Amino acid sequence: MNDMIAIYALVALLGVPLGLYMGRALGSRRTRMDALFAVIEAPIYRLAGIDSHQSMTWQAYALAILKLHAGLILLAWLVFMFQGVLPLNPDGIAGMPWDTALHTAVSFATNTNQQHYSGQAQLSHLSQTLAIVTLQFLTPATGLAVLVAIARTLLVKRGASVLKGVGNYYQDLTRSVVRVLLPLAVVVALLLTWQGVPASYQAAPQVEMLDAQVEEVQSIPLGPVASMVAIKQLGTNGGGWYGPNSSVPLENPTPLANVVETASLTLIPVALLFAIALISGRRRLMLGVGAVMLAFSLVSTSVVVYSERMPNAALIELSQPGANLEGKELRFGTDLSALWGSWTTQTSNGSVNAMHDSFNPMGGMMLLMDMFVNVTFGGIGVGLIGFFLYLMLAAFVGSLMVGRAPELFGKPLETREMRWISLAILAQPLVILGLSALTVAMPGAVQNSNPGFHGLSQVLYEFTSAFANNGSGFEGLGDDTPWWNLACVVALLIGRFLPMLVPLAVAGWLAGKRTAPAGRGTLPMDSPAFMGLTAGVIVIVNLLGFLPVLVLGPIAEAAVQGF
Amino acid sequence: MKTVENVAQETLHVKDEALQTRASWSSALRFLAVMAVLLGLAYPLATTTVGGWLFPEQAGGSLMRDPSGRVIGSRLVAQTFVGDGYFIGRPSAAGNDAASVSGSNLAPGNAALRERAEADAQTIARREGVSVDQIPVDLITASGSGIDPHISPEAARLQVARVAQVRQIDEASVTALLEPALENTGWLGAPVINVLRLNASLDERYPAASGEDDSPSNTVE
Repeated sequence: MNDMIAIYALVALLGVPLGLYMGRALGSRRTRMDALFAVIEAPIYRLAGIDSHQSMTWQAYALAILKLHAGLILLAWLVFMFQGVLPLNPDGIAGMPWDTALHTAVSFATNTNQQHYSGQAQLSHLSQTLAIVTLQFLTPATGLAVLVAIARTLLVKRGASVLKGVGNYYQDLTRSVVRVLLPLAVVVALLLTWQGVPASYQAAPQVEMLDAQVEEVQSIPLGPVASMVAIKQLGTNGGGWYGPNSSVPLENPTPLANVVETASLTLIPVALLFAIALISGRRRLMLGVGAVMLAFSLVSTSVVVYSERMPNAALIELSQPGANLEGKELRFGTDLSALWGSWTTQTSNGSVNAMHDSFNPMGGMMLLMDMFVNVTFGGIGVGLIGFFLYLMLAAFVGSLMVGRAPELFGKPLETREMRWISLAILAQPLVILGLSALTVAMPGAVQNSNPGFHGLSQVLYEFTSAFANNGSGFEGLGDDTPWWNLACVVALLIGRFLPMLVPLAVAGWLAGKRTAPAGRGTLPMDSPAFMGLTAGVIVIVNLLGFLPVLVLGPIAEAAVQGF
Repeated sequence: MKTVENVAQETLHVKDEALQTRASWSSALRFLAVMAVLLGLAYPLATTTVGGWLFPEQAGGSLMRDPSGRVIGSRLVAQTFVGDGYFIGRPSAAGNDAASVSGSNLAPGNAALRERAEADAQTIARREGVSVDQIPVDLITASGSGIDPHISPEAARLQVARVAQVRQIDEASVTALLEPALENTGWLGAPVINVLRLNASLDERYPAASGEDDSPSNTVE
């Protein structure tokens, strides 16, 4: 209980000042810190040959994102495939097969960090740092950049009509990295090292087991682990050094480390509410958004915590009565595993400190639902962007309900906008359910490790996680096959770029339209009623899309087990 | 609060006149190269160096040594114990192999989980001479990592009698070693016993009767 209080308190206490700081650091007004950070930022711009003051059209901004990400994917893909002959490989790890390497590269370039490999055994120190850590910084920074671009174009009151363009991608990106992510990551990395997370470039020590009857030599993989775990947690990345992620004591050694890592999961997504309130000046709107998110979050977390306190159905009467400890670490117990599980799926992080595959059915279902919704705080930047996507749909529906021409912040929402908004929202069930159905139908493709209803849940979870850019999994799935790798690549790319770039495009399109003055019949977007409508739209859209498959998976599983 | 126009003017910062309509490959790739060096090489190197300098023991994997200085394991990595003179940890889906860490990933509805737990429960009940409903749940559940170094204090107490008997010492001497192996006794977390530390202290204190007794229980996995 103390741990929970500490985690919630830490997020609440740090979220507000961090958000206000981010609002100043990333917003477009000049501040005194510009000169300070210019020491690092100016050389970056100079070396990259970028005029950071030149504002881009939304098309150029989007194109810059796609080009940089193509480069990121290529860099990571090559490093993974050729790590065997590259330096910083003290444990002599061989190159990755092309399909696993491609999946891994795309997965990290989309801020997903879905892993079809085990890091400690299959990646060299160079791969873990040059490829993975680089992407773990630049992908959340991209989410932040796009969010700030949308905020300054669409949300700032009348700002868009005076502003041309949406900003400069490289400036937004660099500021997000240098002013926000990097300083936080340094602090968290050192805290975690203090608590016992390895920070070393040594090869794995080889240890003879204490019990002489066990004639095995234990290899203890080390590396610059702490630096990666810090940004993995802060950047809604989730891809850990070791296969089972932060359940591994080397990656998450103590209750204090767990408090720091859990709080880091949600810190920036929560802080962003305050940052965007500051940048856009729409405080009431962001308050409403935050309230909806918090409500979703509390419901989800409560269900998962309750579910995991229940005994595991397989273990009834085989021991003293107890909570579901299968797949969980004793130093955390079930409550802190459930809290992490629900937060990591809400925020699109995807790191774990317990195995979700062994959660009780209701807990597992809640994790799936968190990822369907994916805007309960959500991934860095993309969480709020996704929420705005739902907000646009709600504005459309709400305007029609009151008999007004659909509008968003005084700008008319017309066919072109609505067509793309609908596509971005409908792509999710189409891709997840389509690929799941295809996988189940293809003989030999599934590779699930559990029979029956849970076997279907494993397939559903994998694609949901890929599309939501989450990265966690029901990890019993034998997912390192060409089919799984390539099918997930499709879900990863669509799930990342469509819901991120469509709102940017809409912001760009609306910026060019005339603002209608607010009148009597205008839908007040910052009213509790409209926020209620938006929450309703989120719930209904997701239930319509996914309730049938939930009945076939976790609900049937729960029914069979009697709770 | 500044006026909107003010904000918009100060916003520019970015030059408004010449809007950039294209994005070049060369900026993308050059930016990527700079960032890869800063974030992928300099940042890990800096934090790892400073971390290793501030906290050398933790940074190196929290290794434990016996009095002679030989490395006997890591405080953070469970080991396999089969001898009846040792405390035994939680079941591991990875055989306590830190290089292939893993949970069981078995769902509650999976018959394989029931079978495994049943076999483990019976082994433990036989070894400790108790009925299965006295076994704490952590002893029959595999951890997430497969190298969970801890068991609950109850799980340790359950094993005291057997360890004392095999090592031919009185139970109080064994019980006295539990307290020093207790971790997370502070404000955060719940107290748990570190099995490797406990067994190492057993070997250190009562070396004559290590786990290499001549009647190992062959039912132990």
